[in-house]
Amino acid sequence: MSLRHKSCLFDTMFIRDHKKSQLVASNLLQPPPAKYGGRHTVTLIPGDGIGPELFSHVREVFRFSCVPVDFEVVQVNSALETEDDINNAITAIRRNGVALKGESLGVFTRYTFDPALHRCILFTSLDLYANVMHCQSLPGVQTRHKNIDIMIIRENTEGEYSSLEHESVSGVVESLKIITRNNSLRIAEYAFRLAREKGRRRVTAVHKANIMKLGDGLFLQCCREVASGYPDITFDSMIVDNTTMQLVSKPQQFDVMVMPNLYGNVVSNVCAGLVGGPGLVPGANYGRDYAVFETATRNTGKSIANKNIANPTALLLASCMMLDHLKLYDYATLIRNAVLTTMNETQLHTADIGGQGTTSEVVQSIMRIIQSKGQRTAEM
Amino acid sequence: MASNAWRSAVQHVAGALRKETRTFSRGMQTVTLIPGDGIGPEISTAVMKIFEAAQAPIQWEERNVTAIKGPGGKWVIPPDAKESMDRNKMGLKGPLKTPIAAGHPSMNLLLRKTFDLYSNVRPCVSIEGYKTPYTDVNLVTIRENTEGEYSGIEHVIVDGVVQSIKLITEQASQRIAEYAFEYARNNKRTSVTAVHKANIMRMSDGLFLRKCREAAERNKDIKFTEMYLDTVCLNMVQDPTQFDILVMPNLYGDILSDLCAGLIGGLGVTPSGNIGTNGVAIFESVHGTAPDIAGKDMANPTALLLSAVMMLRHMGLHDHAKRIETACFDTIRDKKVLTGDLGGKSKCSEFTEAICQRVRDL
Amino acid sequence: ISAVRSGSEAPPARADATFKVTMVPGDGVGPELMSAVKDVFKAGDVPVEFEEFHLSEVQNMASEEKLEQVLNSMKSNRVAIKGKIHTPMEFKGELASYEMKLRRKLDLFANVVHVNSLPGYTTRHNNLDLVIIREQTEGEYSSLEHESVTGVIECLKIITREKSRRIAKFAFDYATKKGRNKVTAVHKANIMKLGDGLFLQSCAEVAQLYPKIKYENIIIDNCCMQLVQNPYQFDVLVMPNLYGNIIDNLAAGLVGGAGVVPGESYSAEYAVFETGARHPFAQAVGRNIANPTAMLLSSANMLRHLNLDYHSQMVSDAVKRVIKQGKVRTGDLGGYATSDEFTRAVIANLAA
Repeated sequence: MSLRHKSCLFDTMFIRDHKKSQLVASNLLQPPPAKYGGRHTVTLIPGDGIGPELFSHVREVFRFSCVPVDFEVVQVNSALETEDDINNAITAIRRNGVALKGESLGVFTRYTFDPALHRCILFTSLDLYANVMHCQSLPGVQTRHKNIDIMIIRENTEGEYSSLEHESVSGVVESLKIITRNNSLRIAEYAFRLAREKGRRRVTAVHKANIMKLGDGLFLQCCREVASGYPDITFDSMIVDNTTMQLVSKPQQFDVMVMPNLYGNVVSNVCAGLVGGPGLVPGANYGRDYAVFETATRNTGKSIANKNIANPTALLLASCMMLDHLKLYDYATLIRNAVLTTMNETQLHTADIGGQGTTSEVVQSIMRIIQSKGQRTAEM
Repeated sequence: MASNAWRSAVQHVAGALRKETRTFSRGMQTVTLIPGDGIGPEISTAVMKIFEAAQAPIQWEERNVTAIKGPGGKWVIPPDAKESMDRNKMGLKGPLKTPIAAGHPSMNLLLRKTFDLYSNVRPCVSIEGYKTPYTDVNLVTIRENTEGEYSGIEHVIVDGVVQSIKLITEQASQRIAEYAFEYARNNKRTSVTAVHKANIMRMSDGLFLRKCREAAERNKDIKFTEMYLDTVCLNMVQDPTQFDILVMPNLYGDILSDLCAGLIGGLGVTPSGNIGTNGVAIFESVHGTAPDIAGKDMANPTALLLSAVMMLRHMGLHDHAKRIETACFDTIRDKKVLTGDLGGKSKCSEFTEAICQRVRDL
Repeated sequence: ISAVRSGSEAPPARADATFKVTMVPGDGVGPELMSAVKDVFKAGDVPVEFEEFHLSEVQNMASEEKLEQVLNSMKSNRVAIKGKIHTPMEFKGELASYEMKLRRKLDLFANVVHVNSLPGYTTRHNNLDLVIIREQTEGEYSSLEHESVTGVIECLKIITREKSRRIAKFAFDYATKKGRNKVTAVHKANIMKLGDGLFLQSCAEVAQLYPKIKYENIIIDNCCMQLVQNPYQFDVLVMPNLYGNIIDNLAAGLVGGAGVVPGESYSAEYAVFETGARHPFAQAVGRNIANPTAMLLSSANMLRHLNLDYHSQMVSDAVKRVIKQGKVRTGDLGGYATSDEFTRAVIANLAA
């Protein structure tokens, strides 16, 4: 119980019931995002490990490409983590509407500030209900499977990650998993809408309804209900353990996948591994009012920090997703193409995907490609 | 408690004064004195002492003013105060506090309405010896006080949208414009500048400006110019010496009069007068009641004293006015006896005594 | 930072890599100031190309068509540099001026004037550094006026929660972006309890999103008085339309007048760069005496907005250097130089 109390302290908005949280959200001040004269301000949470290093590269690429985005840097540092820190980050996202975020490395002796919990607090208080990750094989990267193109949509605000745990009697711990009809319908609706928007044909719901008949059963039921409104898109479901097996044996069969929180965590890590590792895949979290972009999987990389060997791809691609979200499509395409060209044609790779390039070499190459496209650029 | 003590002291002095003055003077004029709250009583006493030293032919009729609920639940000022003002026409008033009670009106607003004080006049003159970044400021702001933005007409149209009405009338504009020229002539000033924003508020400020131009036609002996509000602000802080008399609608006047007070050192040294219909005029210090120093003999009576000097001039008693003003300015220039806010260490009573001494010597 | 990183070498300007900017010279000395900007840009090889539009009410060069052209140009360029379009005072039946029409069509709700003392030029108040943010689409300047009965004119002031919050948020966002510590709302809510009260309430609400920035409020008349007595107490000021007009000019006066303070206006999409105190300064037309400082500094701000940090720094440094040297100054700063001489001095300092 103490844990729950703790989390309540973080933010009065930390309310799990979706209906209730929507009510509160509508009463809350909803100011326009920080965009003036065509320039956006975006909250930047560098995090730890390789975060600060990679973000400096993102900023450099943005500056060089004359992207009309300014960053407001908010430090959430594992060494200094306090409740204030996370609250500051949340208010900063509230005022700017959009954030680009690195992972923070947890200090596990202070379990209450575990970064996974951080994520939960961040997502629940901002109601960022949909986590979207696009895993796509890159032709330039050597992997065991080719032609993977999977979109993973993960419910972000409830499920197993509700931080509701207690010791009912000594030695017996209960951990509550919450599935609500509202949130399940909402994430299913999001998955199908995205599938239609992107011209996808199939949505697969991942669950464990054979065991958790009520909870996951409800989730599955909601997905079915929503699917009936999308006759143009095929719907099927798959049990989570089978899913992981299928993923590593024949990942090409999947198109769009939708699932509750914990399964999403597992599946997204598996998929990231399939296409080349955590350094390559961007992730996005969307809510009604806010959006937070990050690398898809935990990749703080403390061991490789400040050695100029980390892979900047995932974060650069995440920043492109952010530019798309800000409707700066030209800039997003420009940078994304340069990143992919470096990856696939120039074949300049960092060590994590078997290359010998340094981080700054990769970034330089990307900037050269941007310049060669004849766009307006600032000085190198 | 302290203020009560002071009030009784004031009454005592006032009573003594009244008795004494009645015995020897003819042409004595009675002025209603509203000592006010906070430091009001002490600075009023100071003014009375200095007037006594200058043998100004003024006798004071002290009245307390607190708003009371009249018939029909409307807030009014006490009948004895109103009756005194109606009879004497002249008033001198210290700072009044507005009680923080639901629906309690601002006392100043109430006085303004009761006596239709349509014009607020503030001469801002640099005081030698009291250093500010600006020297040689010598201008007068004349502000229309009854309408404009402060008409008090506001309503919520739908939730989140408020409409406030700025009212400009021909009659009020004409009245204030005429008064500006009249003041210029009476005080031997040479030019009047109308401050407006008629490029944006083409009808309302346009009307105000038209009335000023018409008044200028009738008063050709006084130079007339017109200027945009923003230009005035810009020039004011760069070179305030270019201005003489400024006449303007309510809001602009509110802002500019405080701005000009700032140029010469703040509200503690700025006099103010309100001219009403039927010959009523109330002169006042416009600073706050300063409850933190009330009763401690630390207050600076300059603003009220200079307001009283303005009153003497308004009554045509130029000699007395000149004498008291000179004594006051000399004391400040001398820098020997100054109150804390002017940069000295003296008490209010010492400062007052220093002025009295000079008045007697002049 | 980027100027340091890139060293002193200017990157070569490529024909395909220029930024297009809409230019509206306006009335009075506007065209002269613009030619100063153009000369300096040309000398500094600044990769900016201007699309010029002459919109003027006094010279009968204003029409709906012309306005449309400007708007179209703005739609593609998003950035403009602009002089003051003079509004004839004579009321000809139409209440909104072209200046206001442009502002309203582009929804340029926020006006920013950064009042910064120029090193080397001494005024009564030195080392001033404050920012004035003004709402400029509603309030007193709503052009809603009517004669209710003969001789009585009502002028409406409109304050809405939406726009009040928007400008408040702009102010706090600006403070955040520029690393400032305090935002002060300027109002007259003691008299206009509903209208300015709403403005004040909106500011207080938005302030909650910015726990690290101090929030205060001050009554307009007191604010003016404080500005001439102790302007150092202010950091960022936010206010409704009319008060903004007053404070802008007042604060510009504190550091040297209309000729030295740059300003800018923003909507969500567009940015317009102009002088801080907007005056046509018609009496100086053709006399070659106008001070190009404000417009040049504003153009430097524009370059920064376009991500041309290097060029921005180059222009503003050159202007500041000329002022600091004190040899070439225009009449408003107590010098004897003409506008052209000043511009030439700035150009000579570009390389330095």
